Amino acid sequence: MSEDKAPLSDERMQTMYRDMLRIRRFEETAFELFEQGEVVGGIHVSIGQEGCSVGACSTLNEDDAILTTHRGHGHSIAKGTRLPEMMAELLGKATGLCHAKGGSMHIADVSKGHYGAHSIVGSNMPMGVGIGLAFHFEGKGQVAVIFFGDGAANEGSFHESMNLAAIWKLPVIFFCENNHFASSTRVGYATSVADISARAGGYDIPGVTVDGMDVLAVHEVMVEAVDRARRGLGPSLIEAKTYRYFGHSRKDPQFGPYRTEEEWNEWKAKDPLLVAEKILGVSEEEKKAHDEAVENELKDALSFARQSPEPEPDDVYEDLYA
Amino acid sequence: MPEVKMRTISYSTAINEALHEEMARDEKVFLMGEDVALSAISPATAGLGDRFGHERVRNTPISELGFTGAAVGAAMAGYRPVLDMRRIDFMMLAIDPIANQAAKLRYMLGGQVSIPLVIRAPEGGGSQNGPTHSQCLEAWFIQVPGLRVIVPSDPADAKGLLKSAIREDNPVLFVEYRALYSLEGPVPEGDHTEPIGKAAVKREGSDITLIGIGSQARSCLEAAELLAGEGVDAEVVDPRTINPLDVEGIADSVRKTGRCIVAEEGHKSGGVGAEIAASLQEAAFGALKTPINRVAALDVPVPVHTKLEAIVLPSTEKIVAAAKKVLS
Ligand SMILES: Cc1ncc(C[n+]2csc(CCOP(=O)(O)OP(=O)(O)O)c2C)c(N)n1
Ligand SMILES: [Mg+2]
Repeated sequence: MSEDKAPLSDERMQTMYRDMLRIRRFEETAFELFEQGEVVGGIHVSIGQEGCSVGACSTLNEDDAILTTHRGHGHSIAKGTRLPEMMAELLGKATGLCHAKGGSMHIADVSKGHYGAHSIVGSNMPMGVGIGLAFHFEGKGQVAVIFFGDGAANEGSFHESMNLAAIWKLPVIFFCENNHFASSTRVGYATSVADISARAGGYDIPGVTVDGMDVLAVHEVMVEAVDRARRGLGPSLIEAKTYRYFGHSRKDPQFGPYRTEEEWNEWKAKDPLLVAEKILGVSEEEKKAHDEAVENELKDALSFARQSPEPEPDDVYEDLYA
Repeated sequence: MPEVKMRTISYSTAINEALHEEMARDEKVFLMGEDVALSAISPATAGLGDRFGHERVRNTPISELGFTGAAVGAAMAGYRPVLDMRRIDFMMLAIDPIANQAAKLRYMLGGQVSIPLVIRAPEGGGSQNGPTHSQCLEAWFIQVPGLRVIVPSDPADAKGLLKSAIREDNPVLFVEYRALYSLEGPVPEGDHTEPIGKAAVKREGSDITLIGIGSQARSCLEAAELLAGEGVDAEVVDPRTINPLDVEGIADSVRKTGRCIVAEEGHKSGGVGAEIAASLQEAAFGALKTPINRVAALDVPVPVHTKLEAIVLPSTEKIVAAAKKVLS
């Protein structure tokens, strides 16, 4: 039995809970800053989907890779991205992870194995396959996890990437967060299958659908997929069914034109943080401690970001060519 | 200076030598493309699969978007992929990883990554392959900051610039002209490299500057021979790379001759010639005695019929005619 298959220690479960809370609070703060006009550019928050990002990244080592999307704050934080520099990027500061060139949609922290949020839908998948290919060459058992949405599963890049990873048996995990919408388009309208995981069948790789609101359930299916990948048995497709509580971006309302308040409330009753509290066994006392610690961490991150300098005009030429 | 030994090899052999030497020099270099592992398909990749194995000389499915994106990912993770596109026309299915990703990632991620990727893109017409198998599309890519674009016109430059491209830490579009594959020329023995970003004077002259891109640098040399027979002393300049474009190097020649033609195999509108003409009038307007004239493919697709294709594509004769017009 690999180490990851052993029951999770209380310490790890507490860390998982805290990471979910860190994401929730980071994004609440970011959204508030956005509404106050302090964020440069737009943001897409993943509130409601924390069970996916933490469930998945809690199975990874620092030298494993992730690639994410425009909705990538959660994955970034779960993979260990430095919060002060991430906040600085949102506020358009020179100290930001991308030196104020990328913004929220391109957060990356390569030193932590985070190979970037990629804002062209579906573009991260072929690149993730390539990182998997590099890991295959290295032969050290590293894996690359590609996060993407239900909408991205209709891009050609998804299909080409699954085929390449499958024929070359690469250590890649395709992690689809099916939050039921691509902007305003419901997944059932745009997708030929009821479960996106069924598409794994076309490439003869394992495909599994999991409850994305349940961080432990996500963790468990990831442990399987990561284990397979590390042993050289090739890629897997995981589909986590989840829900975004906020609008798609900017001023899209939480419900209204394309979903009802009723549906929204049904999903909110399954809030991944509430679920996590129970299944991870977080006591009231521990919750308070986590709350306080996260609040302090965010306060520090925000003050670092606010005190950081703006980029200089000459910076437009920086970092184009190596 | 030690004497450099030369020998005569073809353009495609020069490319093949560069690939062999760079793969042997650096184990991070690997090759991907459709049908690259079997020597018979292209002279440029001959012997590589047998010598380096099919892990490093990797056949891909017909999946341009997939394997080009994968090359960008592998480059981010420290490898130095070299892609074989077979034809630049097929590369159109892989524009996203090239223009949106490879060219921008370093900038967009604040310098956290570099993308040492080479995309070999054979191109060009003259073989009755029709509209979708004859295009010259390098002009599109000078609109993409972050991407180097190299357009070698003879065996020595093909070898020297490909070796430099593979050692370059930025993504490079390395254009190869199919019409030049069998062209023979002198190439120095040994580890021959050429600098990226320096134009070369391929023939000295004093009456007019013929600037040729890729296959048309060759046509310019032939045109210069014909013009010499009529008493015109033409200089031929090959920019060799179009990002970066060595504007000063080209302008030096125009300052000397005062007259200039730009020839390319791509279409005239929005072409490389348009960019060069605009740059020259900024850099050396005062030196120009006559307007700059462009020779290029007509602004229609390249038809398959031999006679129609010849009407559409540029040629030595068209360059001679344009030169005479400028000189008259
Ligand atoms: C290639 C491309 N097409 C369209 C868009 C515009 N766009 C941005 S996000 C988005 C919806 C994506 O939906 P999904 O993949 O389900 O991710 P989610 O937003 O739900 O996280 C669209 C259409 C884009 N960024 N890239
Ligand atoms: Mg979605």
